[in-house]
Amino acid sequence: MAERVLMKGNEAIAEAAIRAGCRHYFGYPITPQTEIAAYMAKKLPKVGGIFLQAESEIASINMVYGAAATGTRVMTSSSSPGISLKSEGLSYIAGSDVPALVVNVQRGGPGLGGIQPSQSDYFQATKGGGHGDYRMIVLAPASVQEMASLTMKGFDLADKYNMISMILADGTIGQMMEPITFEDAEVATYEKPWALTGTEGKRKHNIVNSLYLKPDELEAKNFERFEKYAIVEENEPMWEEYMMEDAEICVVAFGIASRVAKNAVVAARAEGIKAGLIRPITLWPFPKKALAAAAEKVNGFVSVELSMGQMIEDVRLASGCKKPVALCNRAGGMIPSPDEVLESLRKAQKGEY
Amino acid sequence: MKTTQILIAGFGGQGVLFAGKFLAYKGLMEDLQVSWLPSYGPEMRGGTANCSVVLSETPVGSPIISNPDVLIAMNLPSLQKYVDAVVPGGQIYLDSALIDVKVERTDVEVFYIPATQMAKDEGIATLANMILIGSVLQNNPELSFEGTDTVVSKLVPPKKAALVELNMKALNMGKEYK
Repeated sequence: MAERVLMKGNEAIAEAAIRAGCRHYFGYPITPQTEIAAYMAKKLPKVGGIFLQAESEIASINMVYGAAATGTRVMTSSSSPGISLKSEGLSYIAGSDVPALVVNVQRGGPGLGGIQPSQSDYFQATKGGGHGDYRMIVLAPASVQEMASLTMKGFDLADKYNMISMILADGTIGQMMEPITFEDAEVATYEKPWALTGTEGKRKHNIVNSLYLKPDELEAKNFERFEKYAIVEENEPMWEEYMMEDAEICVVAFGIASRVAKNAVVAARAEGIKAGLIRPITLWPFPKKALAAAAEKVNGFVSVELSMGQMIEDVRLASGCKKPVALCNRAGGMIPSPDEVLESLRKAQKGEY
Repeated sequence: MKTTQILIAGFGGQGVLFAGKFLAYKGLMEDLQVSWLPSYGPEMRGGTANCSVVLSETPVGSPIISNPDVLIAMNLPSLQKYVDAVVPGGQIYLDSALIDVKVERTDVEVFYIPATQMAKDEGIATLANMILIGSVLQNNPELSFEGTDTVVSKLVPPKKAALVELNMKALNMGKEYK
């Protein structure tokens, strides 16, 4: 078996990206994700890759766009305000249907906000951020091991669907160290006939572009893209269920909030409260079926978030508003304690949502 | 062992994060589940720093510690901030060379160790952190002293190999302090 090593979450992302065959990183430093860039700066040149610190976030996302158009595996990483700056580029990449991996190690907002962990970019990641009709595959790691495994998965899904995969992490998971093992995994490769690799005079040249001035063409492109998104929604939702078999109250939480929530579920069980947890691993596609199934058997939901309540809207939608949904939240860089979550479970037990 | 939550707090520059790393690697070597979470921010030498280490036989839930089993306080503000959070029956290790107050709680075990003074006297002024850790290992048989040299060798960069011996010396001073 591979060796267990201690690593920061941010470093795990970088190492996993290199193992997934990523040889191009473009970024601009920002707390709390700078270790990703630092790791890439050290390691990428040794494996024949390119690390480049751009002059800005906007420059770096457009470098990602350019590299992605050649079909190579490429990534960037940033934290909340930096992702806002990159959002124009995200829309262009999505509108060009090229694959890329983008990491957001979230911090408190809005504005320059703070540097402590947050999950308040949920809307930005799952509902847009940039302009136009588009989706990104959004993966939410809850451990250092998942920072690595979801990075590898993210590259694979990006190539499979020619989409952006976003790792939506937070400052805690980025900064913390946990044991991790890297298993030697086969990296799948995908045909990329659309890639700009040089025609060598042998074929018609490819064009990667997001500009369609004829509305009927642009409409057709949008419909075609959404057929692809429908396949992703059908095939790719990922989630974890914890103590859900006989649960009467379903906690929904992702990332670091799910770790706190798990402690609270255990504590609630000790008090005789039948609580369980659904942890979405993909935030888009949201695990709608799991939530819909839970809505049939539980009395209500508690959405635990490091935001003013963003995922809660998807919990309500996916559960068809059949059961009440309470919010247990902290914001601005604060994290709810297991006791705070437990208190909201006690309330839910009494029917107070 | 049961899940042990250890909070180390002090000034930046006192080796708070390093001490935490040592415990985390020790846990890793003993095949435990481990998490290490630093406070991060616009931190600097002289500012406050703390780090949370959870050691467990089962997967670690939250890496954030609200109520530590073990508090290592390396300055007065840290002691004042966290003393009431320690679980009843828990342990508090404090650097009594820098903290001249006594803990009023009677439901916790308190170890007064003048680590900074001891380190200065031995010419290893920067290793007060490891003296405290030595005492933690000595008073928590589950953590044990076994294999500490391997852990230290792993943590000290090859360029600073001479520090391995000094770290071991500090750990032993903490171990033997009564």
